[in-house]
Amino acid sequence: MPTMNMIQALNSALDVMLERDPDVLLFGEDIGYFGGVFRVTDGLQAKHGKTRCFDTPIAEGGIIGAAIGMGAYGLRPVAEIQFVDYILPAYDQLVSEAARLRYRSGGEFWAPITVRSPYGGGIFGGQTHSQSPEALFAHVVGLKTVIPSNPYDAKGLLISSIEDDDPVIFMEPKRIYNGPFNGRHDEQLKSWAGDPTAEVPEGHYTVPLGKAAIVREGKEATVLAYGTMVHVAKAGIEDSGVDAELIDLRSIVPLDIETITASVARTGRCVILHEATRFAGFGGELSALIQERCFWALKAPIARVAGWDTPYPHAFELDYLPGPGRLAAALLKVMED
Amino acid sequence: MRNDASFSLHIPEPDARPGGIPDFSHLHLQPAGATARPAPDTSGIALRDLPFSFVRVLDEDARAVGPWAPAIPVETMLRGLRAMMLTRIFDDRMFRAHRQGKTSFYMKSTGEEAIPVAQSLLLGAGDMCFPTYRVLGWLMARDYPLHDLVNQIFSNEKDPLHGRQLPILYSARAYGFYSLSGNLGSRMNHAVGWAMASAYKNDDKLALAYVGDGTTAEGDFHEALTFASVYHAPAILCITNNQWAISSYSGFAGAQEAPLGARAVGYGLPGLRVDGNDFLAIWAATQWAIERARANMGATLIEFVTYRVAGHSTSDDPTKYRPSDEANHFPLGDPLDRLKRHLVTLGHWDEERHAALTHELDGQVRAAMKDGEAIGTLGKSKPPVSEMFEGVFKKPDWRVIEQRREMGV
Repeated sequence: MPTMNMIQALNSALDVMLERDPDVLLFGEDIGYFGGVFRVTDGLQAKHGKTRCFDTPIAEGGIIGAAIGMGAYGLRPVAEIQFVDYILPAYDQLVSEAARLRYRSGGEFWAPITVRSPYGGGIFGGQTHSQSPEALFAHVVGLKTVIPSNPYDAKGLLISSIEDDDPVIFMEPKRIYNGPFNGRHDEQLKSWAGDPTAEVPEGHYTVPLGKAAIVREGKEATVLAYGTMVHVAKAGIEDSGVDAELIDLRSIVPLDIETITASVARTGRCVILHEATRFAGFGGELSALIQERCFWALKAPIARVAGWDTPYPHAFELDYLPGPGRLAAALLKVMED
Repeated sequence: MRNDASFSLHIPEPDARPGGIPDFSHLHLQPAGATARPAPDTSGIALRDLPFSFVRVLDEDARAVGPWAPAIPVETMLRGLRAMMLTRIFDDRMFRAHRQGKTSFYMKSTGEEAIPVAQSLLLGAGDMCFPTYRVLGWLMARDYPLHDLVNQIFSNEKDPLHGRQLPILYSARAYGFYSLSGNLGSRMNHAVGWAMASAYKNDDKLALAYVGDGTTAEGDFHEALTFASVYHAPAILCITNNQWAISSYSGFAGAQEAPLGARAVGYGLPGLRVDGNDFLAIWAATQWAIERARANMGATLIEFVTYRVAGHSTSDDPTKYRPSDEANHFPLGDPLDRLKRHLVTLGHWDEERHAALTHELDGQVRAAMKDGEAIGTLGKSKPPVSEMFEGVFKKPDWRVIEQRREMGV
């Protein structure tokens, strides 16, 4: 089985879908001839032709709006927004149109679109190349929100997203495009080679939306994470010495509530980890759901470890992004509580 | 050239407010027949002056004159007249139904009926209209069932949109009518995407989209024009310039600085400026745009100059911000009356038949309303509450399932 990094796995997913389904087409800023600023669509225009993978004007609302129209026609468009920080001009298209079309039209029209976008921090990209806006989408009924944490999942989840008949926001943690990142900046950067999740089949397979992965089994506490933070959580759990269960949510909508509640009911303790800002972040929803469903099993207050409630800072990136140390401290605290 | 000591901020102001004398001289209209008709395959650059002229076919005597005069079968014009009359009668009945508390909301298209009616008759079954809330005539021209309209407006048990959508924000795929929504401009991008999809599939289906004069200020409008231009999308992009966006006159969309149809020029698209109260001019302009699109020459922007005779909606009182008799001063007259006079002039119509048809259509609308009232008006009947939870996603997720169970539906 070939070894792929996340970029190659995503490229493979798109390649497979272009090959399988003539109604799949890709478009976005700089993704055609050039292959995208992160190379995710590299070679796809040359292989599949100009109408299957092409460049667009710098107009995010226009990109998503056109995708919705194509979806209503019967195509399965995959649009790229170059950085998820730039998706906001398309917010009305996503919220008022893509998410609502099926409902408001009595099922006559729907938008089977996938919006791919590089997401999250850790590359010293500053405020407009680093943010994590998943809560803005999770709050919108009618949208699905997917955030993979490794190459195998990235390919399988992207294929599921493209084949899904509802609009999916597919956020790609750019910090782990080329290798896993555990938050230890002082260590030599690793590549995906040798990681079992980098063993990626060449052909078609799916990872279902709404099915979380138990990355590490544990008895004393549950850690919920997604994207880059899954790797930070692994390192933080190791540092803490706590026998914690680590759950990679994979998609936050649909949310695998069963896996979460089953785990917390067993462990009685929960730490939620995300790099997005904390206040009204998705961790707040997770915390409320767990409190509602697992209250009598809880042995300690639920803890949240998140990005600080500031705009994404540039020089302070390593102070801002949650690292293993903050997670380990939170785990030790819930063990004491 | 002045050299003032300081700048002054310009706030546009319409020519007349309540009590004033209406003045439409800023529209720079031209008489019927005055504008040449370029061949539809003329290159874009040679068409640059077109949106600064004015396409008008019916003259003051209701005769079709000039190079744009189209050949429309009499039966088609009679169908058009019928659909316009039906739209107006329906609008009046529904407006009154709102005043009687039978619905929460209504919007009339009085004075603008000719545009969607002519275009609906001209476009094919596979083409798709991306409507505004003032193009009911599209559905009327295609004989959309009146009782479905009434039931949607009454939000009753038989509402085809299952009680989920504000009255008149219809969706009617089988009638080439895309889902409406209350936010403005966003569907113009869908129209262009839809047209791009048609081209991608090597199909022959056109998209036709409407925005009002006010919405030309939205970013979506400009993004749609950019995409239409870049990808040569087979789309007909229409501005119904009815002079008013609620209380803001078209000057707040920049219409006094340049004609809205001339927005096309910067995008390299052909732009037309057309008498929107002239059934024949609308037909001719749309036909021209269709021919152009069919020749793979892409999109056309058409500004239809018309007038919003009624208030914005049932929640609006236009006498608060414009002269109450402004409609009577609008220089392009009434579209229904002009088509009627044209048919009378041709000898295919008369007052007697007109009165009989009015009576017949009113009877149809009253019967549909009566049927709708028998099912129930707003608050007296509604679809099953379980419908509230349907269609959020193709398959409901656990939130919807749990909450539906919590409600006991």
